[in-house]
Amino acid sequence: MNTAGVRAEAEIRARADGRGGTALPVLESRGPLALRRTRGSGAAAHVTLVGAMSGPHGGDHFTVRADVGPDARLRVGSAAATLALPGQHGGQARQDVRITVAAGGELHWLPEPLISVTGSELAVHTHVDLAPGARLVLREELVLGRTGEDPGRLTSRLTVRVDGRPVLDQELDCGPGAGGGWDGPAVLGGHRAVGQLVVCDPEFTEKPVEPGVPADGLAVLPLTGPAVLVGAVAADALELRGLLNRAPAFFTPGSPASA
Amino acid sequence: MSRAALLVLADGRFPAGGHAHSGGAEAAVHAGRITGAASLEDFCRGRLHTTGLVSAALAASAALGVDPAALDAAADARTPSPALRAAARKLGRQLLRAARATWPGVELDALARRFPKGAHQPVVLGVAARAAGLGPQDAAHCALYESVGGPATATVRLLGLDPFDATAVLARLAPEADRVAEAAVRAAHRVAEEGADALPAASAPLLELLAEAHAARTGRLFAS
Amino acid sequence: MHRDHIDPHPGPAVLGADARRPDGTRRALRIGLGGPVGSGKTATVAALCRALRDEVSLAVVTNDIYTREDAEYLLREAVLPPERITAVETGACPHTAIRDDISANLEAVEDLEDSVGPLDLVLVESGGDNLTATFSKGLVDAQIFVIDVAGGDDVPRKGGPGVTTADLLVVNKTDLAPYTGSDLGRMAADAKAQRAGLPVVFQSLREDEGVAAVTSWVRQRLAAWAA
Repeated sequence: MNTAGVRAEAEIRARADGRGGTALPVLESRGPLALRRTRGSGAAAHVTLVGAMSGPHGGDHFTVRADVGPDARLRVGSAAATLALPGQHGGQARQDVRITVAAGGELHWLPEPLISVTGSELAVHTHVDLAPGARLVLREELVLGRTGEDPGRLTSRLTVRVDGRPVLDQELDCGPGAGGGWDGPAVLGGHRAVGQLVVCDPEFTEKPVEPGVPADGLAVLPLTGPAVLVGAVAADALELRGLLNRAPAFFTPGSPASA
Repeated sequence: MSRAALLVLADGRFPAGGHAHSGGAEAAVHAGRITGAASLEDFCRGRLHTTGLVSAALAASAALGVDPAALDAAADARTPSPALRAAARKLGRQLLRAARATWPGVELDALARRFPKGAHQPVVLGVAARAAGLGPQDAAHCALYESVGGPATATVRLLGLDPFDATAVLARLAPEADRVAEAAVRAAHRVAEEGADALPAASAPLLELLAEAHAARTGRLFAS
Repeated sequence: MHRDHIDPHPGPAVLGADARRPDGTRRALRIGLGGPVGSGKTATVAALCRALRDEVSLAVVTNDIYTREDAEYLLREAVLPPERITAVETGACPHTAIRDDISANLEAVEDLEDSVGPLDLVLVESGGDNLTATFSKGLVDAQIFVIDVAGGDDVPRKGGPGVTTADLLVVNKTDLAPYTGSDLGRMAADAKAQRAGLPVVFQSLREDEGVAAVTSWVRQRLAAWAA
């Protein structure tokens, strides 16, 4: 393995094809990241992110870009959970995700969980820039360690802008070396899985969503702007997915946000 | 800087409405997550490094003269819970009233015109610090002390915790608070150069969840 | 009591006790009601609302110890439309919210004036507290202290800031005096001695007279405020 770490990039461009469907003029991946167009249903193109290796090791730097044009519809998933692993020579791994969605475009970004393995050190930053009138359903699930294992250091920041204005900017820092109290009663309190759904829909401006706590460990949080955060904490990945799937029906990742 | 002015601003008796808020401690007590001095300390430590750091950086940035409207929008994005945003604005409005009466000046008046229903409290705190002749470090320390002082006082009332134990928790956290304040001030200088995106965004999922559960519950002592 | 001075720091909002609103109009008269737990503050507020709601525009701010109990009572009794009743949370310390740190109450009063105003009168009810709990002059223009016969006929003799300095002392539940063995004459004499000429009203909300004496005192205050 390259001691300097691996650089990997993947890029998706989705464009309305003018016939009610979505074309993918760019679907490129280099290094251990691989993108596969899987199948299309209706107007949306489906892409699956396939990790040729198990995930970022210490020292690696992965970048994924997705750009959804006006009226295009894209759904991105991943084949399996991503494992953040220690590098042979230590060091932090980085993963940047840069998402842009144009007016009338719609993106469902629904990767499988990211698992922080003992001894790993990964910083993830997901930047989302939405034009007014864009739609988004984005799921992020973080799992602290494989079963019965202590987590590595995981820092995950999610920044969402609508029309250039910040709507959500949150960073979770956990594991060895993170800020004190990260596993205490104010932050994670012993939960080993934490996740969120971010749903942006211009219709929220007309029909605001009510905040609430529909289940223990699950909160529906309308943001300042046409967006809602569904946040959850759970004992493990399975319970976390179960909670996020209990989000109000129109947020459910499987169905188009504009259904 | 005036050390005496800092004491006035940081005093828990400064009449800015903080006494009715527990910083999430009431909800954490109700959920069985704070049961005594040790869990209070862990709770406060978590607050220091998350909401405390963000608040301190916001306050320090405002104290440096960064545009309060940009900071307020950044604070909204860093506060997903509507209940916490409402509490922050309510406390900001109350602090603004007290600060304008205490240190009258054009910047505080302008802030009140721009945000008649209140800006996020740490933003107001930073502008108030400026009006009091204080600097970014003072503002950061005030924000951090408030981020843990409120929960400690509330826990004394909620659990009947020995007040000496609660105060000792705050004293034990002091060196850590100093380090977080330094980080907040460094971030604030970056914000002054690069804009509000350079603010830290450290989040605390349980604080957000607990705040919404608290807001939905009847039979509570504290507003947040 | 009236503070008709020029605001030395003209700004977008009135800070505290200033008698004029930002647009120059006179704000509502604010009357505080304090007193021990169970003495009949909320019942007196409810009776005052019924007596005055057809002649003046009024609203109520409650300061509950535990959430919105008193506000809920007033809502249940339908003494005023719900938008005219606001509950302030006090973090387990009602006397702090009405005396030491009045910011949440000032905000509640201003929000009521903005949303349902113009108002002539705002009643600010304290959560039940002890005999030392009084209102800040920055919050209210006059205060009523409500005690009751059942709480012991030695309360006026004991004094305390509420009993001695309130603009009006109300001794409530006089109908219970025969049952509690309270000596109303002694209470009246002690109150007179403690209060240096300030008025005292004995009332029973169960009798025909009801809240009439307190209502007439409030009317006098309103007339003086508007003058």
